[in-house]
Order: sequence, then C-alpha cells, then structure tokens
Amino acid sequence: MDLTIGPNQFFWAADRWSEFYDDLAQAPANRVVIGELVCSKRLPFYQDRIPEAVSRLLEAGKEVALTSLALVTLKRERKLTTELAEMGVTVEINDLTVLAYLPEGCAFWVGPLVNVYNEGTLRWLAARGAKRVCLPPELPLESVATLVRAAEDLGVAIEVWGHGRLPLAISGRCYHARLHGRTKDNCQFACEEDADGLDVLTRDGKPFMATNGVQTLSDSYACTDYQIETLRSAGVSALRLSPHSNGFTRLCTLYRQRIDHNLAPGDLAHEILSTNPGTRLSDGFLTGEFGAEWSGTKPQ
Amino acid sequence: MVMEIVCPAGTPAALRAAVKAGAHTVYCGFNDETNARNFPGLNFSRSEMRDGVAFAHDHGAKVLVAINTFPRAGDEVIWHHAISDADACGANAVILADPGLLDHASRNHPRLRRHLSVQAAAANADIINFYAKTFDVKRVVLPRVLSVPEIAAINAETTVETEVFVFGGLCVMAEGRCSLSSYATGLSPNMNGVCSPASHVDYAEDQGALDARLGGYLIHRVEKGQPAPYPTLCKGCFSAGDKTGHLFEDPVSLNAERLIPQLHKAGVTALKIEGRQRSKSYVAQVVRNFRAAVDALEAGRPLPEGMLARLSEGQAMTTGAYKKTWR
Repeated sequence: MDLTIGPNQFFWAADRWSEFYDDLAQAPANRVVIGELVCSKRLPFYQDRIPEAVSRLLEAGKEVALTSLALVTLKRERKLTTELAEMGVTVEINDLTVLAYLPEGCAFWVGPLVNVYNEGTLRWLAARGAKRVCLPPELPLESVATLVRAAEDLGVAIEVWGHGRLPLAISGRCYHARLHGRTKDNCQFACEEDADGLDVLTRDGKPFMATNGVQTLSDSYACTDYQIETLRSAGVSALRLSPHSNGFTRLCTLYRQRIDHNLAPGDLAHEILSTNPGTRLSDGFLTGEFGAEWSGTKPQ
Repeated sequence: MVMEIVCPAGTPAALRAAVKAGAHTVYCGFNDETNARNFPGLNFSRSEMRDGVAFAHDHGAKVLVAINTFPRAGDEVIWHHAISDADACGANAVILADPGLLDHASRNHPRLRRHLSVQAAAANADIINFYAKTFDVKRVVLPRVLSVPEIAAINAETTVETEVFVFGGLCVMAEGRCSLSSYATGLSPNMNGVCSPASHVDYAEDQGALDARLGGYLIHRVEKGQPAPYPTLCKGCFSAGDKTGHLFEDPVSLNAERLIPQLHKAGVTALKIEGRQRSKSYVAQVVRNFRAAVDALEAGRPLPEGMLARLSEGQAMTTGAYKKTWR
C-alpha cells in the first residue's frame, strides 16, 4: 500500500501553492493529483505555475495526474475540461463530463467525487480506460472490500480517502460569497482568507462542517490510523491524503511510517493531535455508525 | 406542445389523485432502497405498481419508475430486479442515476425508455449528449444548479428532452454529490434513499426554546410557540466566522410557477413537482394548479395568479438557481 496526494481543495495564493508542491516533491508519496477541483474562478491565479510543478514532481519520481473540476457547468469550464483532455498528462476525472472529451480507451484515473458505489459502475469505467479509482469517502469498509475484489479482475487499483477534511458536497452556490453578502459572480475571492476552509458550528457551538467556496467539507479530518491493517489486507492499493496548509509533508512521512509498521495503531493519530491540538479526527464512514465518528474515542 | 406535468406519487392513492387531477405523468418508486424517497410507509409494492400503471394508462397518463439510488456493492441484483419489475409492470420509463445501472438497463432492457435522474447531476450539454450516446438516455432531469438562460443554452445543444423541478423541496447542493446526511446520521440519499432522516431527528425544549437536532447536531432553535421547520441539514442555522444564520439556504421551498413561460421558451419539455412524501390532497392541488398554468400558456391566456401560495405551509418560496443571483 502506498500514498497518493489528492488535489488541493482550497484557494491558496500562487507563491504558497508553488511552495507547497516544491516541498511535496520531497515527501514520501508515490503520486500526486494536481490542479483545480473546486472553482474555475481560482485557476487563473496559479494556472501558469502548474507545468513547472508537474515537471518537478515527475523529476522527483512521482506519478502525476491533472484533476478535472468537480462540477462542470459554464461554457468556460467545458472549454477548460476539453483542454485538460489534450494536455498529454493523465487526467483524474472528478466529473463524468471529462469522459465526453477523452478518446475511448485512453487511460484515466477516477477521483472520489465520481459516484463509484458498485461493481457495475467500476466495470463500465474500467472498460472505458479507468486504471485507478479513489472511492467515494462515504463508502463503508464492506463495500470497499467488495470493490477491491472486483477491481483486481479488471486491472484497476483502488484508493481510499486516507486523511483530510472530507468533501461532503458541491453546489452551484458559493457559501463563502453568501457569508460576505455577495454572489458567486462577485465573490471577490472571499475563500482565499481560509487556507483550510472556514469552520461552521452549530448554534450551541459544536463544530460541524467547513465551507470552501462552492464546496462543503467536514469539520473533522478523516484519519485512517485505525484501519490501515484492514485496508491493506483488503487489497487497497493506496491511501489518499488531501492537502492542508500546515505540516503536510510531515503528515505524509507519518502515514508512510504507519504503513511501514514504524508506528503502531493510535500513534499516528497521537502525533497528529499533539502537533495540531484541537483538531478533530473521524473514521466513521469506514467503520462507524455515521461519518463524524472517531475510533480514537472508543476503547481499542 | 403543451408542457408535460410530472407529478410525484408516494402511494397508490396519490397516483390516482394525481392522474384524476390532470397529471400527464406520474413518477413513483418501489418500497425499498432502490429509490431516493425510501421513507417508511411510502412507495409501491410490485402489485401496486402494476395496478397503478394500468390505472394511469387507462386514463391516458404515463408512469415513470425512479430507481435512482446508487446500488450497494455486492447487492446490485436488488436494483436489477427493480428495473426488470418496472419493465414487467409496463412502466413508460425508468429514472436512473448510476452509470453501472444505466449500462445494465441499456443492455438488458433496450426497449425500456431511460431517463437520467437529477441524482446524476448532469449539468452541461456535453455530458447530457454523452449519456444519450452511451446509454440512449431520452430525457434528463436537470440539477438545480442551472439558471434559465443556461437551461436554454443546453436545449440548443441537445436533442435529449429536459425536465426541470418547479415546485417543492429544494436541494442546494448538486444532487447525488452530497453526503452531509451520512456524515451526521449514517444514512444518505445516494446509499439509502434518505436525507436528514426522521429516525435521527430529536426535538427538545430548552429554556423556552425548541431545539431540533439531527444526529445530535443542533439544526434549528425557535422560540416556543413558533413554527419549527423540519431539521433538514442544509437549511439549518449555523455560525461561521462572526456570522450566524442560514449559511447554506433559508428554510425555503422552490416555486417556479412564474417562470413557466420562460422555461417553455427555453425549450423545457416537462415540469417536475417534488414531494413523493406528500399527501394525495396536496399532490392533487399542486397538479391542478400547474395543469391550469400550462394549459393557459398553450392557449395563449395569462397564467392564473398566485395559485400555490397557500400550499407552502407558511414557508418562504424561492426560484432557486433559475435566477443567477441565487448563486
């Protein structure tokens, strides 16, 4: 089992963005998905940095794919998506729209925002050229195991959401803009102020979600510390770590150590929580009653 | 052509009421997890479906069967049976969202008409045409993220029929792309056919206020005696930064009755009413009003005024994404 770094979900200034991928080149991850997932309005601010980052990651021995947008609606977004299919780099589809542009049989990866819930969909995607699929985060462990078995026969590698705020929803409406009394077209890039999303609390102060422009994330950071052995024996090919602004390359190293048995179950979560006090972790989608649950609070 | 009114039916009684009230088409589902309104006491057994289709056909109406959740790995056969049973019942079409299921239906039931569910969130002409080419999809239910001009632009680029929601509950997230509900409760629209399920709702009084919680999360707090909206997750009142309010959406429901002429001009084939969980009298009244509106439009008469205000149960109404400023 190895590590894939998912596309950055947030809006970072171009210099911060470049610095993140410079650092990532040295991290113990095997592949990186790069590009804009959430909002096409952000792309012009760092688009010209992408080719250099891709080269640097390739030179460092990583496999690299370019992500599509999660929701393609506007003419401009359709054009961007067409161009993505012509870049000569593997594409990770996070909206099925990309399949309308990819030549049939062209190899691609499938991201967690495409609804791969069953063998039929997996088989259909594999027949069209899917080589690697990161499953939707809400899938329970039993479904993951069933899909891994089906994927083996199809020559498809299966990834599971390993770490990071969970992508729970995508919308036509920008909640960051709404919060500032603006519309999406006049958002003035309010989402740039929140490097890891803006916390959303219930009225009695319980952390619940995080807004990130048109995207809604979980408040908690998904963490697979307690499932790594099970996922490995189920045949999961990679854990997907989702970029966050603070200490991310160290996080990659911790996960690598945990996979290599250099950290025991619970130690990884302990390390994360001791350097980021106040962070809430969850693994309920995989093994709990509901997504926000966390094994770390139960007796092990 | 007169615009088609597509009406929900959660029970055989609601189906008959909708047909008698003038629905051109009724959509419904089997009483299991294969449909996105999998509520206790709702939906159709196999024999009820067969009888319901026969009743509708006798009255010149069509029946669409929604099989629009995403099959669970290892249990796809449940969904495959739903499709073959819908076919055997004489349904005019099935409404599907999952690509694997669309693939199965197009191979095994090629003559059964396929509609693309809103749960597939097909939001541009290219993906709609792709579904048509790949699975011979004849109609798409458009996600509630598009403005009227965008719908017109889609219709200019596709021969696939479009169906749009005009009345009832309103998803603010792209449909089929939301797992807020399972994050809080373990049950989701995609996997279980439910959102913000009643089984996880808890009301409690606290210092003169009524708190409505979902999965333990406080969604609404209202003064005692005030109407308490159902704690649907995305319509809750939350805090972020220094602001408190309905951060995602107010507790509103969709009413696009005034936009019917514009939707007609935009090339929309069918108008869809949400609410398979609603009573037969509600359904009949909504159908009568919308039928009167499309008939008036067809005859060149002005639309009846403010016809549905009293059905909104005191809730505020919105035209949602149809007006671009909603975003």
